[in-house]
Amino acid sequence: MSAELDELYQSIILDHNRRPRNFRVMDDAHVHAEGKNPLCGDQLTIWLKFDGGVISDVSFQGSGCAISKASASLMTAAIKGKTRDEAEQLFTKFHGVVTGAHPEDAESMGSLKALSGVSRFPLRVKCASLAWHAMHAALAQDGGLADAATSEGTGVDEPVSTE
Amino acid sequence: MTVARADFPLLAAQPSLIYLDSAATSQKPRVVLDAIRGYYETVNANPHRGAYKLSGAATDAYHGARREIARFLGAADTDTLIFTRGTTEAINLLATAWGHAHVHRGDRVVVTRLEHHANFVPWQQLARAVGAEFRVCELTPDGRVDLDQLRALVTANTRVVAFGHVSNALGTINDVAEIVAIAHAAGAVAFCDGAQGAPHLRVGFDALGVDAYAFSGHKMLGPMGMGGVIVRRRLLEAMPPYQFGGDMIEFVFDGDSTWNTLPHKFEAGTPNVEGAVGLAAAVRYLDGLGMDAVRAHEVSLTRYALEQLHAIDGLHVFGPAAAEARSGVVSFTLEDIHPHDLSTMLDVDGICVRAGHHCAQPLMRALHVAATVRASFYVYNTLADVDALVGSLRRAKARFGR
Repeated sequence: MSAELDELYQSIILDHNRRPRNFRVMDDAHVHAEGKNPLCGDQLTIWLKFDGGVISDVSFQGSGCAISKASASLMTAAIKGKTRDEAEQLFTKFHGVVTGAHPEDAESMGSLKALSGVSRFPLRVKCASLAWHAMHAALAQDGGLADAATSEGTGVDEPVSTE
Repeated sequence: MTVARADFPLLAAQPSLIYLDSAATSQKPRVVLDAIRGYYETVNANPHRGAYKLSGAATDAYHGARREIARFLGAADTDTLIFTRGTTEAINLLATAWGHAHVHRGDRVVVTRLEHHANFVPWQQLARAVGAEFRVCELTPDGRVDLDQLRALVTANTRVVAFGHVSNALGTINDVAEIVAIAHAAGAVAFCDGAQGAPHLRVGFDALGVDAYAFSGHKMLGPMGMGGVIVRRRLLEAMPPYQFGGDMIEFVFDGDSTWNTLPHKFEAGTPNVEGAVGLAAAVRYLDGLGMDAVRAHEVSLTRYALEQLHAIDGLHVFGPAAAEARSGVVSFTLEDIHPHDLSTMLDVDGICVRAGHHCAQPLMRALHVAATVRASFYVYNTLADVDALVGSLRRAKARFGR
């Protein structure tokens, strides 16, 4: 068995793929946003609820590959109870790790560290980032971060290679 | 039939690579690369332009290539082969130049559920633009065009039936003669997307009965950016030009212009001579192998692949059951493992397959899948390649089953 595949498909990833956490529609959410990757047909929706400045509840639903689903599932667990700023900062850190730009940050990401194997598979970074871009777009809708959607220039509908 | 891997520089340079994505694009034999280089090193000039010998040689190279490619595809009337960038541009040419002249409000345009986006969207958008009715013929459960439904759909107000010779997503070989008969019986034209047909089957345009046949050179060992469409002369002559510019005109007056003869009327601008020369070398190479032998080789690979894949528990193959009913394309899913995850795991073993919707979203919706894995074979593939695919799939299954 290949070592790089062992690292990519760690048991925590396969577990979150099989049994995604917070996998439900949230009827009383304050905001939601959709993430799409036309290349592979992946599609998911993120719902967020706030209590003051804090993300009090988060859920997702959709279909996708193991990487996108596990990443979404792990993300929901990681940002619950965080402030908007903290969630955005975590996205930035996560992005740096999965793209391989800042591997040193992996240790401080908790369970999300399990996704650091993605950095060896540049074609899969989009999968790992899908839920995060949707979360980012949902936060931007919330007014508090009105400029967030443009701060990184990576909206959820960013055109990708679509065959 | 045996094809030396050494004939293909990329495959020779990467001996452990197992290339199973020829339905997307084929690898190129050295003779094609040499022909392109040879053209630039000995003949390059702008054809049709200069009164000097070199330009004449470039013109000869371009039209000599057209003759060879037309002959390979079974078209006696060489000048009805219009070169384009590929199948996509060829179908856009038909939908724009022929379509806007012949399809009007209240008319009907018919395609099939199997179509690649390139043979779906241009007709859909034509119908929207002119107010015509756009109808999609559904499939039988084993992935063939439902000919009974097609007979019912192709009514007297149907102007065109656009269909693929071979499905890129399922490999289904369509019954061209029957589809043509249905179209013609209603007075409609039958336009065939041959992108997946020309590389694998003897086309025989003149006997096929279709009114137009589009193809891509890069799927049949030729260079990218080169393809074409053969169209019945009477249709071409009645069609307005597709693009305007140099080469396609006869006289340009201040108020209007007149058009050049065929094929030039539909080839505006400096032509892709290197592409034509490269594709001519590719069809010579295929002729050398013999298209019957190419087909027999693919059937044997496909039959073996279907057997081996069916032996994997949880693997579902889409499309016709018999290898003879499909080209060298096998589209499948494995349990609930996402095709992109499978593709990544196969890639680590050096196996190149396509994972996705194969530019056939309307078909994927009908199959109720977001994506499939597609392995596709060509002349350089072997039974050992199939064994490698099957072994890698079994390992992937074990990994996800942990």
